[in-house]
Amino acid sequence: MSLESVESVGAPAALALGRTSARAKAARQRRLTVYAARVLVLAVVLAAWELSARNGVIDPFNFSMPSKIWDQIVQWTLHGTAQGSLGEQIWYTLYEALLGWALGVTGGVVLGTALGRVRFLADVFGPYIKVLNALPRIVLAPIFLIWFGLGPASKVASAVVLVFFPVFFNAFQGAREVDRNLVANARILGASNRRVTLQVVIPSATSWIFTSLHVSFGFALIGAIVGEYIGATKGIGLLVSASQGTFNTAGVYAAMVILAVVALLAEGLLTFAEKRLFRWKPGGSGPGE
Amino acid sequence: MISGTPPGHAPAIELRGASKVFRTPSGASHTAVRDLDLTVGQGEFVAVVGPTGCGKSTTLTLVSGLEEPTEGDVLVGGEQVTGIRPEVGFVFQQDAVFPWRTVLSNVTAGPRFRGVPRAEARERARDWLGRVGLAAFADRYPHQLSGGQRKRVALAQTFVCDPAILLMDEPFSALDVQTRALMSDELLELWGGSHGSRPGGRAASVIFVTHDLEEAIALADKVVVMTAGPATVKQVFPVRLPRPRKVESIRLEPEFVEIYREIWSSLGEEVRITRERGASRVA
Repeated sequence: MSLESVESVGAPAALALGRTSARAKAARQRRLTVYAARVLVLAVVLAAWELSARNGVIDPFNFSMPSKIWDQIVQWTLHGTAQGSLGEQIWYTLYEALLGWALGVTGGVVLGTALGRVRFLADVFGPYIKVLNALPRIVLAPIFLIWFGLGPASKVASAVVLVFFPVFFNAFQGAREVDRNLVANARILGASNRRVTLQVVIPSATSWIFTSLHVSFGFALIGAIVGEYIGATKGIGLLVSASQGTFNTAGVYAAMVILAVVALLAEGLLTFAEKRLFRWKPGGSGPGE
Repeated sequence: MISGTPPGHAPAIELRGASKVFRTPSGASHTAVRDLDLTVGQGEFVAVVGPTGCGKSTTLTLVSGLEEPTEGDVLVGGEQVTGIRPEVGFVFQQDAVFPWRTVLSNVTAGPRFRGVPRAEARERARDWLGRVGLAAFADRYPHQLSGGQRKRVALAQTFVCDPAILLMDEPFSALDVQTRALMSDELLELWGGSHGSRPGGRAASVIFVTHDLEEAIALADKVVVMTAGPATVKQVFPVRLPRPRKVESIRLEPEFVEIYREIWSSLGEEVRITRERGASRVA
């Protein structure tokens, strides 16, 4: 359709082409301006922070300053932390968060789809899940520490309970709201119940599930960090609590910066996977576009 | 009465005193279909017309086995319908193609669900995609197609399973007028076309639900007029127009106009009743 119309334009094509390239140029320019403004905002905030800390407007001991934070990151990177190398701390936290996330997501998707598909299960377990969801689950972290000890297991457990519920509810809703026509069509075409679940319900619930995956990875990180903060032998959360214990404000901020970078990278990976998975969807419905 | 049933054979589809009562969420009961008698002979094309919302679609879900009748019998090929039968094909009113599958994969779905090996399923799907004129679109996703093209995918998806019973629930109602006429012609061609491809050499027996009387007459061997809801059969009109038909030209034939007038005198009354009810409900 669009190809034909471009070909059939003929004479005014050159003009249109000129206009198109002008528009593209303007769009590029605008993008550059936006990026420049973003960098500027960051620079202004950091500079203001640095200057006011150096001139004593804010207390550098309590609020630290960007240069100190940077020094701290460099020092950790080059000489390692008190608990071992920085890479090891990051890896520990990531490992706990990823494992907790994977377990929580799997459990949430499986149980959410099952309860969404089987009315009886939903009626029986519905109230219990609501009660568990109403509980602020982060208070379970100390209990997990008692149950599973200082190692990664207790952090994985707190990540799992944080991740499970949002994924569960989205999968449940997704399975409930499957287009009835699609299910009827699949059944007419000869699909068994299992096939309907695997090839109709789960694919159509994926967009619901994916919205929860973005949020829930953040939750997994929270679970791991809080777990480490309460008690651990390794991890970024431990860096935070150790820095706090020695009144090293720069250390707390530095750990935060590292966490933010890790979270952003994970988010990027997830968006990439989502784009690959949702090629069948009209338009770029992925967030961030 | 006309009937395409050869002696000694059960009719393709038979409803005897079938009723369907739904429970509404508020607990009230809603009778969609009551005391319905309908017979479709082997290879017969039956169109069902009636006022909107009268329960025409429910008739199809009963025959398909998606729903069970509250009372009465539904028979396909002389056997009681107790579930979804493999020889039944269903084309839905709304888009029911799987949006996450490519066109080709959508058409292979039926055979694959029925355990046909992948290579053979693909071969059959490609064949049907060719017949509906979508061979070049095999790798597209449904959202990249027009409404008419998606309907063609749905037709191919249904026909590839080689249905002996074909149920169609206002399949073309969402299309624009020109596309609808085109699709009707294609449907007749595919339907007649399945003549040779079936081992028994028979065309499918069709129930085609529509609210468009012109479409009904142009396509069908007989037109069944339903009453205002709860639906039951009001009158059955044979359509003795010669085949093969072309939808656009046949509607200009004097015989067509005559049949139209005759059926409309029956259908119009039901439409009026439905409209008055709607008006009183609003007021």
